[in-house]
Order: sequence, then structure tokens, then C-alpha cells
Amino acid sequence: MPENSAGTMTPRRPAGTLYRGREGMWSWVLHRITGVAIFFFLLVHVLDTSMVAVAPEAYNAVIGTYKNPIMGLGELALVGAIAFHAFNGIRIILIDLWSKGAKYQRVMFYVVIGLWVVLMLGFAPRQIMVILSEVSG
Amino acid sequence: MTLVADAPASGPAPEAPIEAFTVTLIIRRFDPDVDEEPRWQDFDVQMFATDRILDALHKIKWEQDGSLTFRRSCAHGICGSDAMRINGRNRLACKTLIKDLDITKPIYVEAIKGLPLEKDLIVDMDPFFESFREVQPFLQSNTAPPKDKERIQSVADRARFDDTTKCILCAACTSSCPVFWTDGQYFGPAAIVNAHRFIFDSRDEAAQTRLDILNDKEGVWRCRTTFNCTDACPRGIQVTQAIAEVKQAIMRGKP
Ligand code: HEM
Ligand code: SF4
Ligand code: FES
Repeated sequence: MPENSAGTMTPRRPAGTLYRGREGMWSWVLHRITGVAIFFFLLVHVLDTSMVAVAPEAYNAVIGTYKNPIMGLGELALVGAIAFHAFNGIRIILIDLWSKGAKYQRVMFYVVIGLWVVLMLGFAPRQIMVILSEVSG
Repeated sequence: MTLVADAPASGPAPEAPIEAFTVTLIIRRFDPDVDEEPRWQDFDVQMFATDRILDALHKIKWEQDGSLTFRRSCAHGICGSDAMRINGRNRLACKTLIKDLDITKPIYVEAIKGLPLEKDLIVDMDPFFESFREVQPFLQSNTAPPKDKERIQSVADRARFDDTTKCILCAACTSSCPVFWTDGQYFGPAAIVNAHRFIFDSRDEAAQTRLDILNDKEGVWRCRTTFNCTDACPRGIQVTQAIAEVKQAIMRGKP
């Protein structure tokens, strides 16, 4: 943020400051990032699942490589991304189709965040347990 | 006791001097004859809390650096000349009061984004007005009005487009839109607002033409509902709401 670093900001970026949008803009940024991330996951997921057509052993071998803490954290991030994308997707649909959607977009954004936190509170502890059990063998 | 009991006969009591503040503005300058790239320049000005950013720009231009270049005409939020990015948000310089900004920090002022930068705070508005013209922003009717009468409209019919009549074409909305920054072909919020003004006017008969124009790859479907436009509009127009209404009208097939 330009204000925080005022005076000490050398060199000042000739490109200009970052536009200071509010909830609507940042939810869109997150929606696009999560959308693209989910897309790349699905791409890989279609490939690994299709190993079943090659041989059950090939499938097991590929899926087996996912059983490690790094992939466990990746799954955590994936669930987080899908949950945000899905909840916020419903918010965007309501903005477009519900006559009061635009009026309540900010409220709906905080509802999305709330639902996301609840969902992650349910999922993250279980997933972390799984990751820890993988670490301890 | 009478109301005038304490009033001195010789006019109002002398007021305490109004406090002035030193405000630092950091302005993004660009002179196409000299500069390769825009550059930031600091100015210190003495301002009152009731002054506006436009007054600060005037002071700089008149007292410190006559080469500072910006547009303004009415200075009262009517003409739409002086939309610019103030502390990272699109605002009219003539409607942004010093007292509403945090002056313990410098205030960043730069041109609006997404339109070609010409000089300092001035951008080329031609692409913006081109999109405006394309939506046919004028009343079109093939039928004559009732003899010796105006075209009558109910209060409810008038209310449908009341919000979008307020536009002053300042471009604050269009140049706040992340879609417009990366895709200059997008019609942009202002053109859609002005199409909305006539699409939902019961006296107009060309709504379908405008809906067809906006049902384009570069039309309303480009809108990603970031609400930057609604937040930027100095007239308080619910821009994203208007765009959503046009989207729905296209899906319904009628206004
Ligand atoms: C879980 C159910 C899903 C819902 C409810 C949903 C909803 C939406 C909606 C409403 C949009 C339009 C956003 C806008 O107009 O700004 C969108 C955009 C998008 N979605 Fe999804 N989506 C879902 C799943 C997915 C999946 C599985 C993928 C990946 C393959 C994905 C990738 C994307 C991408 C890349 C965009 C474009 C983002 C943008 O243009 O800013 N979505 N989604
Ligand atoms: S809709 Fe508002 S922000 Fe956009 S051009 Fe009109 S007055 Fe300016
Ligand atoms: S100078 Fe006319 S709107 Fe600001």
C-alpha cells in the first residue's frame, strides 16, 4: 500500500498505485485465482484418474505418491479454494439474478467468509490429523 | 430574554482564525515531450479542512508549478471533467474534501487508469465517448406524441431509470473497472449506465437495439461484479445494479 510506505518509497513505481477496491474487487481477485487453481487441479486429476484405464497398478502407483504431507497440505488448500469459489460463485449468481443482490453484495461477501471459516474449521483439524499420521508413518 | 440580547450592535464577534494545515500531495507527472515514463513529484501546500483536492491542484499550478496539467470546468461536480485517482480510488477532485482524507500521510494523485495518458492528470477520453455513442444514448420513437401533448409517463415508469439519469460522464466508473484496464474494447460501466437510461424509458422504442448491442462479447457479460464502479461514482449511481438489470433484460428478451 502506497500510504504506509510514503516518503520511503524509492523508487516510486511509475506504473502508479494499486487500485484500492473494496470487498467486491478482492472477492473477484480471489474468485479468479481459486478458479484457475481448481482448473489446473482438475486437469491433473483427470490425467491421474485416467491411469485406471491403463492398469489398476498404474493408478495405485500414482495415487500412492499423493500420500505425503506436502500433498496433504495441497489438499487442504484445494478444499479451501473450492469452498471459497463455490460459496462466492453463489454470491455472484445472486448479484446477477436476484433484484436485491447488488444491494446486499457486501453482506453476502461476509456470509461467504463466515461459511468458509465454518467449513474449514470442520475440515482442517481432520486433515491435519491425517497429515500428522502420514509423517509419523 | 430575547434572542438578540447578547448580540453586539457592531456585527458578529471576531472569529478564531481558521486553522490551516500543510498537506503533502504526491502527483504522478508525465510530460510526453520530456518524460519516457511517468514520475512522482511531491508538493507541500497550505490547506483548510474545507478545501478540496481541486483547490490544492490550483494552488500548486498558480503558486508553485504552472506546468501542472489537469482538466476542470465547473469545479462543482457537474461537468465531469476532473475524475482522477486520489489515494488509489477514483474520485472527482472538486468533490474530495481535505477533511475527509488522512493528511498525516501524503495524498497520492494520479490520472485515471485504462485510458491513454496524455499529460499529467489528463487522459484521452475519446475511446470512452466512443463507447458512449455506440449505445445510442438518445430517445428514439417511431410514433408521434399525442396531439399537442408531451409523451406521458407514469411516476412508476419514470422511477425505473431515475438513478441512471444522474450520470455526468466523468469516466470514474469505467476507469475503475479491472476488466476495462485489460480490455479496452469492453463498453464499460458508463456506456451501460447510459444505455440503461433509455432501455428502461417507457417512451423509448429502441430498447431492443441497445440490448442487442450490449449482448456482445464486449458488452454486459464482461462485467465481473467487482463493484469498483459503484464505489467510484461521484453521483452515487448504483452502477453494478444497473448493469445487472441490463443483463436480466437481455435474458428476458425485453426491458
Ligand atoms: C463448485 C461449484 C462452482 C461454482 C458455484 C462456480 C461458480 C462460478 C461463477 C458464478 C463464476 C462467474 C464469476 C464471475 O462472473 O465473475 C465462475 C468463474 C470461474 N470458475 Fe467457477 N464455479 C464452480 C466450480 C468451478 C470449477 C470446478 C472450476 C475449475 C475447473 C472453476 C473455474 C472457474 C474460473 C476459471 C472462472 C473464471 C473467473 C473469472 O472470470 O474471474 N469453477 N465460477
Ligand atoms: S456512472 Fe457515475 S462514475 Fe460513471 S461516468 Fe456516470 S457519473 Fe461518472
Ligand atoms: S470540475 Fe466539473 S465535475 Fe469537477
